[in-house]
Amino acid sequence: MTATEKKQLMAAACKVRMGVIEGTHGAKAGHPGGSLSAADMFTYLYFKEMNIDPKNPKWEDRDRFVLSKGHTAPGLYAALAERGFFPVADLPTLRHIDSYLQGHPNMNTIPGVDMSTGSLGQGISAAAGMALAAKHQGRTCRVYALLGDGEIEEGQPWEAFMFAHQYKLDNLCAVIDNNGLQIDGKVEDVMSPYPIVDKLKAFGWAVVEIDGHDFNQMEAAFAKARETKGVPTAIVMTTVKGRGVSYMENQVGWHGKAPNDEEYKIAMDELKAQLAEVEAM
Amino acid sequence: MADVKKIATRDSYGAALAALGAEHEDLVVFDADLAGATKSVVFKKAFPNRHFNCGIAEGNMMAVAAGAAAMGLVPFASSFAMFAAGRAFEQVRNSIGYPHLNVKIGATHGGISVGEDGASHQCCEDFALMRSIPGMVVMSPADDVEARAAVKAAYEHQGPVYLRFGRLAVPVFHDEANFKFEIGKGEVLQEGNDVAIIANGLLVNEAVTAGKTLKEAGISARVINLCTIKPLDEELVLKAAKECGKVITCEEHSVIGGLGEAVCSLLSEKWPTPVRRIGVNDEFGHSGPAAALLKQFGLSAEHITEVAKDFCGK
Repeated sequence: MTATEKKQLMAAACKVRMGVIEGTHGAKAGHPGGSLSAADMFTYLYFKEMNIDPKNPKWEDRDRFVLSKGHTAPGLYAALAERGFFPVADLPTLRHIDSYLQGHPNMNTIPGVDMSTGSLGQGISAAAGMALAAKHQGRTCRVYALLGDGEIEEGQPWEAFMFAHQYKLDNLCAVIDNNGLQIDGKVEDVMSPYPIVDKLKAFGWAVVEIDGHDFNQMEAAFAKARETKGVPTAIVMTTVKGRGVSYMENQVGWHGKAPNDEEYKIAMDELKAQLAEVEAM
Repeated sequence: MADVKKIATRDSYGAALAALGAEHEDLVVFDADLAGATKSVVFKKAFPNRHFNCGIAEGNMMAVAAGAAAMGLVPFASSFAMFAAGRAFEQVRNSIGYPHLNVKIGATHGGISVGEDGASHQCCEDFALMRSIPGMVVMSPADDVEARAAVKAAYEHQGPVYLRFGRLAVPVFHDEANFKFEIGKGEVLQEGNDVAIIANGLLVNEAVTAGKTLKEAGISARVINLCTIKPLDEELVLKAAKECGKVITCEEHSVIGGLGEAVCSLLSEKWPTPVRRIGVNDEFGHSGPAAALLKQFGLSAEHITEVAKDFCGK
């Protein structure tokens, strides 16, 4: 990736993070922590990795993305808006009574959303079904899913992991956001999903471990996923929950809480400063 | 009547899938290690590359089917009613119902007539569960002819459909040459004005038998087959209630949440009418031969006849 490309991605990620703050502040609810930990991944997927067309969101041969950890919809919506699927100005209507921006992703109301999700563990199965169908239909498109580290405490993802391996779904790439925190505390204290990498390998997946805030590592990981034949690939990314907003970073309390007016201002000021820093690079 | 042909509607399901599969390339079938029992194996033999075994993981299967539907395929996801509607309820609700995806759920082994497997496998709650999902069509065909027609109609319908089939071979009473099927439309099998007997599934044939016995006893019963529980054929039910004044519902399902309650809900709001519900009375089943169980639980022509006579004061 060129320095210019990387700079553009970093700037877009700052804007996506601002979108998360705009959305959750406007909603007075929602999940900023996991939206911010995955903000760089949302940005990379929608601005670099995926073959999509914001002007034609239902294009049949597009790559698909399923947000299995559906509660981090503010992050997905911010990336979709920033990418041009719908106006950025709509983000603060998140969760409002007549808004199309539902609390969890709705494929029938939101341009660019490929699957309705929200109940943890189901999205990865739907993504596997899409990957199976794509192969059956002879399509070359790829399917991406993003899961939380707490989400894999559910049993269903492991059913899906078995299924994807059984059917050799090498067009499927699952990203696991290992930010280490869930509603009630640290994932290892609540119900440890570790060792995530070893478990996925035991399920027959190709696994790549990356820093989820490093675009170069993402580029290499997705390239490897595309080259891997015969098995699906999982990218296990280590991230910081709340990344980019100082008072939210690594704070479990920011899993599902909206910033108030004062906190909103602090967050936006920090993110604007980060954006200015990137633009000055 | 000893020579009446008997076919289990699960066999009709398998046959219909294979027939439709020959016409429609986009039809795919998912099963959860039960293809031999659900009879989706018939489709598998004809189209092995369009049949996907999901293993013993029904929740995953339903969401996988949802993903396949989102790509434009028309998946039929098959398992026993207990696991399709029961175990995978939330996947059906959130991954199929909420996005209104074009998935057809083929649920076999519904009701008490599962027999020897006992209560753990005798699903008498599936109508209640599936009816509660917005936009879900729920059907329970009565015989082979209707079951095959229902599978075809489900394929042609845009949106989620729940189909319930039985394990037990049941008499084929429809004449295929003159049979027309439409989702949401019931059929009157015997005219009458003293009492309306509304049934679905394997109880339709029992209701027809009861209707004949009642006629001999001087009671004119209108026998109605309501294959589609949702959307309910309101016009037909209201007409029967108005003209007969008494309604009996019969289903191989709990009296809670199924056909009986659907009819009661309609009538209590639009034409209050006395109703007697025949079904499984808020209890679990148990092991035994299907025919004996049906008799024991009152899911028989004899019991329908008794209830109707009592209802009509005879």
